[in-house]
Amino acid sequence: MQRTVPLLIAIVCGFTMIVSFFIPAAQRSGDDVAEIFNILAAVAFVLGGGNLLKIHLKKVSDQAAGWGYSLITVTAFLLTLCVGLFKIGANPADRYPGHAWSGEYSETGSAFWWIYEFVFKPITATMFAMLAFYVASAAFRAFRAKNTEAVLLLGTAFIILLGRTYAGVILTDWLPDSLSGLRFENLTMTIMNVFNTAGSRAIMIGIALGTASVSLKILLGVDRSYLGGGRG
Amino acid sequence: MYEFFRDLDRRWIFLLMFLAVSVPILAQLQFPEKPTGLAESTFREIDDLPPGSRVLLAFDYDPASEGELGPMATSFVLHCAAKGHRMYFLALWPVGTRMIEQKIDSVLRADFPHLVYGQDYVNLGFKTGNEGVIKLIVSDFPRAFPADIQGTPVSDIPMMQGIRNLLDLDLIANVSAGYPGTKEWIQYAVTPNPSDIRIVAGCTGVQAPLMYPYIPSQLPGLLAAIKGAAEYEKLVMDRYGHLVHAEDGRVSGIYAEGRRRMGPQLIAHVLMVILIIAGNVIYFVGRRREARS
Amino acid sequence: MNSPERLGRRAAACRLIPIVSVLVPGLAPGLLLVALTLPLLALTRPLLAAPSDAPPAVTGITAADRWGDGGTAVVLEWTVAAGAVPEFFMIERAMSEAEVAGDLATARLERRRAAQRTAMQAVLADRGLDDSILARPMAIEPGLASRLRSVRAEAAAGIDALPDDAFDVARWMFVDRVEADAAQTEYRFVVDRLVRGESYRFRVIPWTGTAAGTPAEAAPVTTTLEPVDISRLWFFGIALVFCGAVVAFILIARSGRPLRVRRIAGLEAIDEAVGRATEMGRSVLFVPGIQDMNEMQTIAGITVLSRVAKTAAEYDARVEVPTARSLVMTTARETVQAAFLAAGRPDAYNEDLIYYVTDEQFGYVAYLSGMMVREKPAACIYMGMFYAESLILAETGNSIGAIQVAGTAQPAQLPFFVAACDYTLIGEEFFAASAYLSGSAEELGSLKGQDVGKIIVAVVLVIGVVLATAGAMAGADSDLGRTLAAWVGFLRDTVLA
Repeated sequence: MQRTVPLLIAIVCGFTMIVSFFIPAAQRSGDDVAEIFNILAAVAFVLGGGNLLKIHLKKVSDQAAGWGYSLITVTAFLLTLCVGLFKIGANPADRYPGHAWSGEYSETGSAFWWIYEFVFKPITATMFAMLAFYVASAAFRAFRAKNTEAVLLLGTAFIILLGRTYAGVILTDWLPDSLSGLRFENLTMTIMNVFNTAGSRAIMIGIALGTASVSLKILLGVDRSYLGGGRG
Repeated sequence: MYEFFRDLDRRWIFLLMFLAVSVPILAQLQFPEKPTGLAESTFREIDDLPPGSRVLLAFDYDPASEGELGPMATSFVLHCAAKGHRMYFLALWPVGTRMIEQKIDSVLRADFPHLVYGQDYVNLGFKTGNEGVIKLIVSDFPRAFPADIQGTPVSDIPMMQGIRNLLDLDLIANVSAGYPGTKEWIQYAVTPNPSDIRIVAGCTGVQAPLMYPYIPSQLPGLLAAIKGAAEYEKLVMDRYGHLVHAEDGRVSGIYAEGRRRMGPQLIAHVLMVILIIAGNVIYFVGRRREARS
Repeated sequence: MNSPERLGRRAAACRLIPIVSVLVPGLAPGLLLVALTLPLLALTRPLLAAPSDAPPAVTGITAADRWGDGGTAVVLEWTVAAGAVPEFFMIERAMSEAEVAGDLATARLERRRAAQRTAMQAVLADRGLDDSILARPMAIEPGLASRLRSVRAEAAAGIDALPDDAFDVARWMFVDRVEADAAQTEYRFVVDRLVRGESYRFRVIPWTGTAAGTPAEAAPVTTTLEPVDISRLWFFGIALVFCGAVVAFILIARSGRPLRVRRIAGLEAIDEAVGRATEMGRSVLFVPGIQDMNEMQTIAGITVLSRVAKTAAEYDARVEVPTARSLVMTTARETVQAAFLAAGRPDAYNEDLIYYVTDEQFGYVAYLSGMMVREKPAACIYMGMFYAESLILAETGNSIGAIQVAGTAQPAQLPFFVAACDYTLIGEEFFAASAYLSGSAEELGSLKGQDVGKIIVAVVLVIGVVLATAGAMAGADSDLGRTLAAWVGFLRDTVLA
């Protein structure tokens, strides 16, 4: 029962989505199913928040290894939640000047805006920027001309790396017009337009078929791993 | 020596990358840009529209990718404002609204103060639902966005009058850092209406190769990463730069950001090439030593 | 000359600029330029059309709802007398009240913009300035800026006070232009992208040169919802063949016929990784991507987690699963619990090891990186949908010396995983993981069915390429070239639409 009901829900919702694609009258049902998922996902935020508090408060209370990080996590979570919920520092909306909470919680100058602008934004930008360092380290360590395929890959990487900057122009601008196709910037375009596009299409088709196949297995109840372990 | 390089602590590489990026920034190193076909076609798509056309600016990115996508978003807004298009901003990413506000502040309010909110531009804010939102606005725009970000009903916003669905807009300019983004706009808006909805996009370097299969029929213009942004920025500034020049002839730094960021990019790319070559030299020396022993 | 695409684009452009709106004073020159293409001809018809050379009106015009769609198209049919075939026909649609109201608002907006501009120009002209200064706010002195604001508001108020009938808004909108053929007297045209359940009126106007005939109006038609969308029949057929192949191979596999799947090294490495973690007394980190349960890759990742958890339960290893979505957390808990139960170790299951971190991409990555550096898991397994975090995770894992296995169908992230991980499941391999891991006949059968799908795609690709190449070689002007181009068009626009 515990697995039959979820399985039935998955099958009914899945087939509703398929049917709604071919039968216009059922389109609304397909939209409804998609909206039910959105509602579930939104409710799950509460579940996630509760779990986050439980795990980290337990760590703090047990003074487990790294409990200081957990304390920071819980404090930051509660602080941001309160600042956003109570719209601290946000002015009332122009249309409802008499209602203190009618403003936009993230309007410029509000506490939430401040957290976003001076905490969230620099931190996420820093995390993203770390990619530059990691990609250099990975390139040094892993990019080896071990075989013919790897040599081709290396050659392509060089052309793209140089062709996507002015370095490509500096290095190959001397080539006569009759050989302009060999200039780095033009080679880059050829690689992107021809080889990359062909490869991307092949991968996209393969992935689409794989997705369709897994979907079908779920709809037919062949694959029940998402309900908890192996086959049903 | 060989052992040192073979077991090189990766922090040395981090240091090199740090220098490769920071030195050109501090030295304000800048190189000329030569616009390529995709940047030119993106420019033409917006420029060929008659003034007053309706352009949807969908900013689906976050602060993490601001460095890569911010300059092209700035150029899109500048180009639309300079051409006199009506701009409809929206975001499918929660923090996209902040990105929109930032561009409205730094471009429209600063350099085009004569443009009126609700008449020349409107910020419709963020809507949850990913591609579901796109599907909905293709058939019913006001249902997905009944009010703007401040809660003003669209029926009270002059420039929203007559907007029944996405087909009533002339162009989509999407800035995308991932999902949902350009791919979803193409799949759910352009593909079902190939002759009625047109889109140009700017995306991150990682995403760009995946967008090429859609060029040119489904995606006539694409700005790939900071390189695409720099090329497009040059085209826009060459044509409309005079509109944002202050009296003393200076131009706000935000309109040169794309080209400025190409300096560190060039040095970083060259460093990558050197690192790959160095890594391979070490690899082959190691193989030879192994073979000898 | 007038390809459907061009006509469609023109129709879209014209839909935005209703016919009579060009009369609104002060409209930007660019709008006029576009509007001048076809709709202006309709406006100037009374001036240009001499009654003597105007083509006769079309006859027998009918408008009917198109069968087999979602109530979004109407079929128009009409005839013309032989020998009096015009050059082309213009199709127009009566605008609904809502559309007229929308266009009225647009016209009012345009007029307001023009009035504001004129008012500001007048103020500037008084001071010997031109309006280019408006783009340089720093150059406008505060007093002038205030005056400009006030005249702008006055101008807007003046336009807002005008009654609706001060704006000449069109009642008919241009739909499309249909080229006539001297040898053809019966015509048919499909107007699509209509709204279901709405009543529509259409009219057809014959044109020869600059002379227009009398419009002929069809009886009103209401679009209705049909039980089936026949435009998707081809798609249904292809889906049926693909699904049928999967089901057929599952049945074949059930009948006991052996099916072989090639070895996937990455999946075999998972057991090795878990074994190594056990030996070292350290944990196994499993990352199911950063998307929710509606993403197929997350489900595929959970399938692999099931296997990882089962092996870990057998080896008595610790598996930690931080998630970026709460629904993924609950699903992962169910999966791991069931795996421990199946391994006969329900007591070893600890739900606190499967927990939610944050939905925020880089917040999640920051947590994982910190955790990896502090706890140094012996094995890191990344299975699901990944974006920019892929390389950060894989490089951090590499730096702590963990065995790393990754799997994703996100092409952009594959190079990073390949560079930094020991094994990577690429695209379809990842989806095939569940079949490979379970070894069950049904799952292997589904894999074989998937191959049939690939064959269908390959065949259609080859046919399309051959037809398009042959058509191009035959030349667009030859009969053969036109026929082949039509076939390619049918394949692209109908079969694969």
